[in-house]
Amino acid sequence: MAARVLLTPSIARAFAGGEVEHEVEGREIRHLVRALEARYPGIAARLHDGVAVAIDGVIHQNAFLEEVPDGAEVCFIPAIEGG
Amino acid sequence: MSARQFKVVGTRPSRPDGADKVTGRARFGADWNMPGQLVGRVLRSPHAHAVIESIDASKAAALPGVKAVVTSADFVEQENRIVPAGEMQVNLRDVTRNVMAREKALYHGHAVAAVAATTDAIAREALGLVEVRYRVLPHVVDVEDAMKPGAPILHDHLRTDGVEPRPTEPSNVAKRIDFAKGDAAKGFAVAEVVVERRFRTAPVHQGYIEPHACLASAAEDGQVQLWTTTQGHFQVRGFCSRLLGLETSQIRVMAAEIGGGFGGKTVVYLEPVAVRLSQKAGRPVKMVMTREEVFRASGPTSGSSMRVKLGATRDGRIVAADATFALQAGAFPGSPVGPASMCSFACYDIDNVKVEGFDVVSNRPKVAAYRAPGAPISAWAVESTIDILAQELGMDPIDLRLRNAAKEGTKTHYGPTFNRIGLVEALEAAKASEHYRSPPRPGTARGVAAGFWFNVGADSSAAAHVGEDGTVTVISGNPDIGGSRAALAMMAAEELGIPYDKVRPIIADTASIGFNFVTGGSRVTFANGLAIINSVREVIAECRRRAAKLWEVEPDAVVWENGEAKPASTNVGTFEPLSLAKLAGMAGKMGGPINGHSQINAQGAGPGFGVHVVDVEVDRDTGIVTILRYTSVQDVGTAIHPSYVEGQMQGGAVQGVGWALNEEYIYDRNGKLENAGFLDYRMPVASDLPMIETIMVEVPNPTHPYGVRGVGEVPIVPPMAAIGSAIARCTGVRMTNLPMSPPRLSAALDAAAPRLAAE
Repeated sequence: MAARVLLTPSIARAFAGGEVEHEVEGREIRHLVRALEARYPGIAARLHDGVAVAIDGVIHQNAFLEEVPDGAEVCFIPAIEGG
Repeated sequence: MSARQFKVVGTRPSRPDGADKVTGRARFGADWNMPGQLVGRVLRSPHAHAVIESIDASKAAALPGVKAVVTSADFVEQENRIVPAGEMQVNLRDVTRNVMAREKALYHGHAVAAVAATTDAIAREALGLVEVRYRVLPHVVDVEDAMKPGAPILHDHLRTDGVEPRPTEPSNVAKRIDFAKGDAAKGFAVAEVVVERRFRTAPVHQGYIEPHACLASAAEDGQVQLWTTTQGHFQVRGFCSRLLGLETSQIRVMAAEIGGGFGGKTVVYLEPVAVRLSQKAGRPVKMVMTREEVFRASGPTSGSSMRVKLGATRDGRIVAADATFALQAGAFPGSPVGPASMCSFACYDIDNVKVEGFDVVSNRPKVAAYRAPGAPISAWAVESTIDILAQELGMDPIDLRLRNAAKEGTKTHYGPTFNRIGLVEALEAAKASEHYRSPPRPGTARGVAAGFWFNVGADSSAAAHVGEDGTVTVISGNPDIGGSRAALAMMAAEELGIPYDKVRPIIADTASIGFNFVTGGSRVTFANGLAIINSVREVIAECRRRAAKLWEVEPDAVVWENGEAKPASTNVGTFEPLSLAKLAGMAGKMGGPINGHSQINAQGAGPGFGVHVVDVEVDRDTGIVTILRYTSVQDVGTAIHPSYVEGQMQGGAVQGVGWALNEEYIYDRNGKLENAGFLDYRMPVASDLPMIETIMVEVPNPTHPYGVRGVGEVPIVPPMAAIGSAIARCTGVRMTNLPMSPPRLSAALDAAAPRLAAE
């Protein structure tokens, strides 16, 4: 089952015609990014660095190889560092 | 998670660094020395904004006793793009220019050159001999002024990111971001009560008591050793590597004991300069900032201009929220407007939300992280507006929050859906507290606010080494800014089943342990704890294997309990238990040293929520606010060492009190900071405050073996709004700008007097 991917509004506007929510197939985060790049060339660079990913509510930083469960909610959000 | 019975976790042993710190033995950044070391000093811009037309350091270099001079020409030029350095995402073009100005001085105090000399007096004299020709430019300090058309532009190449189509003209607005959920306009259309306010905050400094300090020693073969006060010595290594063109393995960074950081020591200022000076001089160079330099030249957090609008139905259900946050980044882009925007409404389950954020540059030091960066700023605005709404609705402020509280399954306005969280528990604990149930004294009033922070996990490497007598060293790579060493030792002792005093934690340098992300994001007890537990479990597995070999049974037939290997059942046979000490004593005969190690990218940190309750009294003549009673409530996961968790809850609250009531940067009309010292930059001291009461709500984090949840940052998020709400309820005057210092509050009370008299 495809993952439900949510982009930030600014990335959605810049690359995906403003569409925030997308159904994307992929076992790992990098597969999702690759699939999105095929649909929206140039988006991968914005999703690689400076971005965190919440997979079913759990935030991952540097999520390149993180596995994506079937039907997961995957949200790309600005990276968080803290102080 | 089941309710696990702990033997060590949850107790309050003495911290391992305690004896050294109270006797003066602990070595902080300025306590490190090497034979032949030189003193390094920085020349700083006297202008808030100026083109640097030329720098002539020849006279300085010729002064007897001066061994090296550096300017921006000594640092590698960097590309204008975001790259990883120490696994942080940074624009190195900006970082190198913040460390040493290149084309322009962008704030009063900006580093322009540096010297290394045999004495401090000679170094200071040499600074006076560096001839810098400036062309002074108009400057802009305030965030709103910097956004106006016609404002002096700091960077000609800067175009606002996040705006379509991409602008062609330069701007001080580096970035626009936005988040949306539902349809805010439709939500407001059905609201029966709407409140809207504008808010401002002033920049405030992290206020760490220990200035930046480092000692760099560069050898002729290219190897560099660096001792520094930092929250992340791997990040220092990464930045120095990139800025100086060195390989990371050539740089060995030792983290000194740290006298506070709060986020402000996750970046570099002196380190690359000290290393370059040492390379040129061929001798070690020590650099220590004065307090004045810390204020003039190290990152405070952002000032801000904000607008919040809330719509609700009369039964207390918030149906729409709309907010704009403009945060000051200082001289280069990179304010915490992202987290500010994301944290803003995170405490609430609101169907329709619209948030817009702006990252704005201006002629002041580049901001650095400050404890939950951005979240306290947006919370000041949002939580104050929630309180206004409670007053409009005639609702108790905790009940209003409970009515709309985020829970497991709540979809946030910035995207993710919450798993198990503890906000409701924290609100209920606040409401049930003895403080909240007892009415405020006559003439005083009470304020309440909530707060949220994500907490992070990230990279951690750790090891556990068993000595030949069975005592254990646990090795991690994160400077200890909040008692984490004690917590790590406690978790190791708990896992091993041995006494806490048989475990010694140390913080290794960058050459002696694998990579660790910064101490920040409330991550160390969570992420390093996980790595330490994994390392100790390797030790236990090895001990079981050795016992099994000795007993000639299968490893599965051996269990580890209370620090001993034992047969899993009587069916295995009759064997005397083997203690860790016994096994360690035989280690050489049984395969070698017993060690464990782990390296992880820790995930599942789990967010934290806090609720603060404060009673205040206001002197209407002077505007002085007295904090009478303060309670900090927080969901803390499992409190490994309760005293240090309480310390975090108290410390964050106290910083919030200062932020609320006194702290701000005051600039003159030339853009020069006027209050660059603790006398005039007034932070709370112990005599200003009552004991901060704490209520720890333990909602264990299901992703951690001990239920650990980050605790350090949440407690600075609610205080300003809690205090502002208490002042409003006490005086009838709602302050919207921080700080609510005596002159400002007094003026506001005077201005409101006719209105209040008429009511």
